[in-house]
Order: sequence, then C-alpha cells, then structure tokens
Amino acid sequence: MQVSLRVNGEERRHDVEPRLLLVHYLRDVCGLTGTNIGCDTSSCGACTVLVDGESVKSCTMLAVQADGREVTTIEGLADGERLHPVQEAFREHHGLQCGYCTPGMVMAAVSLLNEHPHPTEAEVREGLEGNLCRCTGYHNIVKAVLAAAEAGASQPVGAAR
Amino acid sequence: MTALAPETDHRVIGQPLRRREDPALLTGEARFLADLQVPGTLHLALVRSPYAHARIRSIDLAPALQTPGVVAAFTGADLRGEWAGPLPCGWPVTPDMKQPAHLPLAAEVAHFAGDAVAVVVAESEYAAHDGAEAVVVDWEPLPAVVDLEDAAKDQTLVHPDLGTNVCYTWQLEPDAAAVDRAFAEAAHTVSARFRQQRLIPSPMEPRGVLVVPQPFGGDFTVYSATQVPHILRVMLALTVGVPETSLRVVAPSVGGGFGSKLNVYAEEALALALARRLRRPVRWVEERSEHAVSTIQGRGQIQEIELAATAKGKVTAVRVRLLADMGAYLQLVTPGIPLLGAFLYAGVYDVPAYSFSCTALFTTLPPTDAYRGAGRPEATYAIERAMDLLAKKVGVGPEEIRRRNYIPADKFPYSSVAGLVYDSGDYAAALERCLERAGYAELRAEQARRRERGDRRQLGIGLSSYFEMCGLAPSRVLASLNYTAGGWEAATVRVLPTGKVQVVTGTAPHGQGHETCWAMIAADRLGVAPEDVEVLHSDTAVAPYGLDTYGSRSLAVGGSAIAVACDRVIEKARRIAAHQLEAAEEDVELVAGSFRVRGTPERQMPLAQVAFEAFTAHNLPEGLEPNLEASSHYDPTNFTFPFGTHLCVVELDTETGKVELVRYVAVDDCGVQVNPMIVEGQVHGGIVQGAAQALFEEASYDQDGTLRSASLLDYLVPSAAEVPSIETDHTVTPSPVNPLGVKGVGEAGTIGAAPAVMNAVLDALAPYGVEDLPMPATPERVWRAIHAGAAGSASAQGGSPA
Repeated sequence: MQVSLRVNGEERRHDVEPRLLLVHYLRDVCGLTGTNIGCDTSSCGACTVLVDGESVKSCTMLAVQADGREVTTIEGLADGERLHPVQEAFREHHGLQCGYCTPGMVMAAVSLLNEHPHPTEAEVREGLEGNLCRCTGYHNIVKAVLAAAEAGASQPVGAAR
Repeated sequence: MTALAPETDHRVIGQPLRRREDPALLTGEARFLADLQVPGTLHLALVRSPYAHARIRSIDLAPALQTPGVVAAFTGADLRGEWAGPLPCGWPVTPDMKQPAHLPLAAEVAHFAGDAVAVVVAESEYAAHDGAEAVVVDWEPLPAVVDLEDAAKDQTLVHPDLGTNVCYTWQLEPDAAAVDRAFAEAAHTVSARFRQQRLIPSPMEPRGVLVVPQPFGGDFTVYSATQVPHILRVMLALTVGVPETSLRVVAPSVGGGFGSKLNVYAEEALALALARRLRRPVRWVEERSEHAVSTIQGRGQIQEIELAATAKGKVTAVRVRLLADMGAYLQLVTPGIPLLGAFLYAGVYDVPAYSFSCTALFTTLPPTDAYRGAGRPEATYAIERAMDLLAKKVGVGPEEIRRRNYIPADKFPYSSVAGLVYDSGDYAAALERCLERAGYAELRAEQARRRERGDRRQLGIGLSSYFEMCGLAPSRVLASLNYTAGGWEAATVRVLPTGKVQVVTGTAPHGQGHETCWAMIAADRLGVAPEDVEVLHSDTAVAPYGLDTYGSRSLAVGGSAIAVACDRVIEKARRIAAHQLEAAEEDVELVAGSFRVRGTPERQMPLAQVAFEAFTAHNLPEGLEPNLEASSHYDPTNFTFPFGTHLCVVELDTETGKVELVRYVAVDDCGVQVNPMIVEGQVHGGIVQGAAQALFEEASYDQDGTLRSASLLDYLVPSAAEVPSIETDHTVTPSPVNPLGVKGVGEAGTIGAAPAVMNAVLDALAPYGVEDLPMPATPERVWRAIHAGAAGSASAQGGSPA
C-alpha cells in the first residue's frame, strides 16, 4: 500500500506491507533507528514518537495509519547541534543510564509538557506511566522533566512547524 | 594493602561530571544491536517448547520451508554436528556436581517452556516469524517439576540420566559444635522460612546477536547485546569450534543487563554456527515475551534461617538451609549464585557461630543465573527479615536490635566467622544518619497516632542494614570456589603524541557510565582534563583482555587497573622528563599534569611534551623504549564490602490491601565516589528494582510449568507512578584494598531495598498479627493476610488494627 507522510519535516512516500507497524517503518524503511523497540504488548513506551504533536507508541499504529500525518522521532527533536530543552535537562540531571528507554521517554516528556507546561511531581509521574525505565528508578527522569518545565521547555514540536 | 592516592590540586575524582555517553543516547545516534544493518543479513526465529517438559516425537519443517522468504530451517538433530562442546557452565561448584547435557537446540526432550527445538532462517524478520509459526512439532508431554520441595523428592526426574534432581549440595560450617551450643544456650531463637520468587530481569533492551562472516579484523565478527564480550569470545570458540583468533566480539551500545546479559546463550551460538554454515550475516533479536521464557531468571530459592540470641538480643549463631532452583540447565554461572550469598547470611552483625548449607535442584523451568545482586540480595533479605523477628521477641525496636549486633567500627578489617575479611565499615554510623534523615521518632509517633485512631491507611516503617561482597574477585579465592576463570581486570593507558590519552579497558559498560568515570580516573591520576581522555571498550579487537562487567566489579577491579596503568605511565614519563630536564628522577614530580624539578618549579615539562618526546624518541634515556604506554592486569587482593542502611515508609490501605511507597531514605557507603551523580543514579535504580521484588514482580508458574506473567502486561515492572522520589545520603569509608579506595555501587540499592520494603509492609501489618508474607506483597496477599491474621481478634470487623 502507498503511504505518504512527513517524518521530521521531510516528505516520505513508500509502498509498504499493510501489516507493517509504524515503528518498523521508521526503523527499517526510513532508517531512523533512534526509536527503540522494548516489548511486544505496547507496554514499555520505548517506541514513543509524536504524531501530529501528540505522543503515540509507534508499535500501536500501522504505517498506513500514519498516512498524511506528521511524525517526529527523537532524531527530529534537537535543533541542529542544540539539544531540545528536555534532552538537555535529561543530560543535566542524569535522567538516563543505558539510554534504551530514553528516546521514548524524552518524546513522552515533550508531549506531557506540551499538554501541561507546569506539572506537579505527581502529574509527571502519572504522565510518564506508559514508559518503563529499568535503570534510573525514575527519580532523575522526574527531576529532569520538572527542571525542563521550569526552564519553559513546552513548545510545540512536530505540529505544523 | 595499598595506600590511597595522595590528594593533589587537580582532583577530578569526586566531581558530578555530566556523562559523555549521553548526547548519542539522547539523540538516537547510539547504535544498539537491533540498529545494526548489514546487507544480505538473514534473520532467525526460534521454535520453542510450549510445554515445561515434553518429548519431541517429530518436527515437520516443510511448512516453514514453503513460507515465502524462508531460506532454511533446522532441528536440533540437524545441527548436532555444529557443536564442539556444550553451552558452557563456568562454575562447577563441587567435583560431583551433576550437569545435564545442554546444546543450543534440544533434540529429544524440551526441559522448560521456552526451550528452543528448531530454528528458522529467513530473508526478513517477519518471514522468519511466519516460518517459525508454520513449523509443526508433535509433542509428548511429560510431567513438570515446578515446586522446589517436589523436586527434592526425586519422584519425577528432570534429567533421568542424572538419576536425581539434586545438582549439588554445598556446606559451610566452620564449627558445627559451636552452632549447636549457641542454640542450646540461646535465650531467644528465631526460625523463619522465606521464598525468593523467580524474577525476570527485563532490561529495556532485549537480547540480540548479529554475526557477520569474513569482515575486516577476523573471520567472524559477533555483535551481541552482552555484558561479557570477552567471556563470550572464549566460550563461543569452545562451543562452536571456531578458533578464538577467528572471532571478534563487539558489544555495541547495550541497553541494560542486570545479569541477564552475563551469559552465553543458545541464540549466540546458533547465530555463529549458522553464519558459518550459510556463509551470510545472521541476526536474531529477542522479543519481550521471548525474554520472559528464554532468558535466565533471577532468585528462585527457599530459605530457612534460624538465629540464636542472648536475652538482650545479641545474636550468637546463624544457621541457614537453602533450596536453590537451578532450572532445567546450568548456564554460565547458575550453580555459583547461591555461593555468592553463602558467606553473607550473618549480615553486618558480629556473629560467632555460623552454618550454611545449600541443596541445588533441577526443575523444568528456565535456568536461573545472575540477576542484580546475585545471591547477596537473597542473603540480606533472610537476615534482615530475621533480625526484625528477633527484635519482636526481645521486645526492642528494629533499630535497637541492629545497634546491639553491628560489627563495631574499630574491629575492621574484620575476620568473619564464615571466613571472609571485611575491608572497612562503620555500620552504626550509616544507621544513625539514616534515622536522623528520616525523622525516625516522628515517623513512629505518626504511626502510633494512626494505629490509635484506627486509620484506614496504616503506616509501616522498615529498616534494612545491608552489606555486600563486591570487587569480584581475587583469582585465588575464585579458585577455592571452583570457578573456572580468574577475577582480574585489564587496562592499557597511552599518552598519544599530541598529549591526548587513550584508556583501553576490559570492562563492558551497559548503562553505568564507564566512559565518563574511567576518563575521570585517568585524568585525575595524570593531571589532564577528562575531555582529553578517550575510553575504548567492548570490542575484543581493541581491548583483547578483559573479564567484563557484572557483580559491581568494574570500578573496584577495572578502575584500579586503570589507576595502576596510569602510575606506570607516569613512572616512565618521569624518567624521560628527568633525562630532558637534566635532573635526578627522584627530584622530579608530577604536579597538575606537568613534571617539575622539586625546588625549581620553573624547570618543568608538561606530560604532553613528554609524550611527544617519547614518540619522536630522539632523546630518551639510554635503553628506554619509545612511546608512553603501560598496561595492568590487576588482580584484587580482597573483595570490597559496600554497606548502608535503608529506611522505607509505606502506607497500607487496610481496606484494599494496596501498599504505597511513600518515602525511601537510603544512606549508602561505597567508599570513595568517583562521580557522585552516577553513584546516586545507581542507588535510585537499584532501590526501585529491589522494591519491585518486594511489591510487584514475580515469574509466576502454574503447576504445569507454564509462565503466567510472560509479558509486561502481567509482569509488573514498576512505572514512575508506582515509586516515590528517593532521599539519598552517604557516608564514605574508603576501602583499603585497592588504589582508589572504592567499593562498588551497582547492586547496593537492590540488595538493601527488598528487605526494607517488606519490613515496612510487615510493620504496618504487625497489629493484625501478621508475621510474614510472601513476596511480592500484592494487594490480594496483603488483604488476605489482614483478614486471616485478624480472624480471631475483636477488631477484625471494622478492619482497624488492634
């Protein structure tokens, strides 16, 4: 099937199997391997990307369902050499260790801050519930997201820039 | 004993430097195993047994071979000729240990649900899975052996050819009469039985392997999501029969391991054998639900612990009997895991008499092996739960029973009754600091108020004082435990012609931040900026020697190797500098990265200049070889023993049984901290993993040996919403056994947390007469315990505590 979408601001058009998951499309067809796969039950959130600015687990969506939409992956978040404020906050506050959950966690956090620019700690914890991390115990992830909020990180990403 | 490095004016060690690993990981540039693409790669999918125990009557591969995209398919019988040896077990703990045959594909009988019996090779991952689905296996189910006590009865044998389910028995009892005497004379005794449920390690990155034949640098390059590229190289050579010199093993970015990637797996051997056979790159990536059934699991023990104590609660003897679940086969260090705890069941306490015995048993479940803490969390759990039970018998608080029993700070180095020498410690100091940080008296007062008013949400306060044995390991000690390898670690340090420094390490990081920390150690030692130090690792072509990363060993052993290699580089550089400055060697000192002549500081030569002179070799002392490079193969003289006290506060909803972690205070002592930011991160993550054993996680099997928690929907790895922020603090008691004074911190949190959380849950349940609860303390178990425990009490009706 034909699918046509924008990925990180770039037009993409491909012929894909109808059963191809969006995450496999991004990784295997577009070569954007920053989006990781951590489970097979849509539980872990490692594959979280933004679709029209909102966080989506890209294993829950078929590539063909993204037709006509705007997808942002971790590769599209930084502004050239300048990290996005959420990426910067994760680095500053040691919000990552092995880094495997990180692309999904960062995208979920970006989406969270777009919806709630000034969340409480409890709101951050609830808001990131769909993203699992096995290394950090979440302490520094939560700290990073709160610090990013403080620094005014909320800015629309991936929605018609 | 080695002296600590002298204080200099250029301390990098101790700074919370941001990690150099992060930019690539934060932007998606980092390459994990599944991100590696090699043209022409074939993909593997495994056909696994749905039964815990079943004979293979026949396997029909034809439907798979007809599936579009499938290139080949093999049964265990087809591949029998590929193996030069079995999948390795490197720790035959006793000479008479029973070891079942274990090849990458089971050919006759599957011994656990998940045991692989056939492999399908295809042009794409999707096609490989389609092909595996199409394989038809005719199974004859056999009886499962799931329960450890059933296994011990030997009524159903997992491996009939071994004649028993007992893998080995192992005993440590320095003075049996002393133990008997202590129990005969005891004023108080405690006898408890704990179950260490099986855990699924669940690093966020599943396992995976890619084998590329005939590339640059060796006949096969094996890329694996592994913690142990060096061990893997040796073992794959032995199992698959490829000369070690034809194998290069690379661990790319690895997404966590927690012990589960400290192994040599069937899929790694299969990928190598099939790349050899098919002459094409071969790749396998584990799915999450596959991880639950085919990767090693953690824990899996039944523990019986007895304490003898005086009237005042001074412990006089500890006696432990373990049943340890090996699972169906012995993986790399499966049999040794209980031994890593065997010496530690007296905990941080000054105990004069000790008895430990372990019976290891085969079951028809996946093999157990190292999982964060490996033997040490189990030991700590048993003694720390038992100490709380003793406190109750003696009629004192849990903090007081611990105070009365700690090894005093002035007794270090301390020779334990089990035969270890603890390097350094001040256990009471960590407890007092923890109680103070937590506001212990006020917490107890709040608990009393809630109990008094029959609050629906009761408070529980739990303590645990843990220690662990890290810095694995002095090679001679390993020899005495029948471990087949050593415990050293290797490092090479080079100062390049431009003054930049290369550190080559044998450790294999997968989230710990070694690149950042190893650069800090070298920078500190050499007096250069950390950003001028490059750290190379995890590729056997670049770092040929190493024993990899596990057991909180990397800093204490690998970091020490770097420090020693730096010192050797400095010694050589000093000779060159002295020669060129025309001074006596003993008058030349390294200060802030520059060699100076004592007394005439204007006569100096920066390390970078010495490196350039060493490189040009135009004017070196007579007989000295060019270049500045030195190596160390550092073998530690002793283990290190990090320690600490953790305090957990839970709110327990007496109507629903739900336990909420409301506060967690941790005071840890891992000796000198190289990077305190990373130390804290390790503590946070460790605590949540330990708390998860107490409250959420269990590889739960039905009586047929079928896993009921095979996906992350059922196996509850906690999310951010289930845990609180963690209050950390530390004391610093340097280790005297290594040149950095460091101890290790990777497993500390996990070891301290499970008993702290369970002690808190049981503290909340104390008014209901509940003395024990199996882990995990699920709402259902807690609710049932409240109702069963309170059945005879008048307060049962209202659900409020007595």
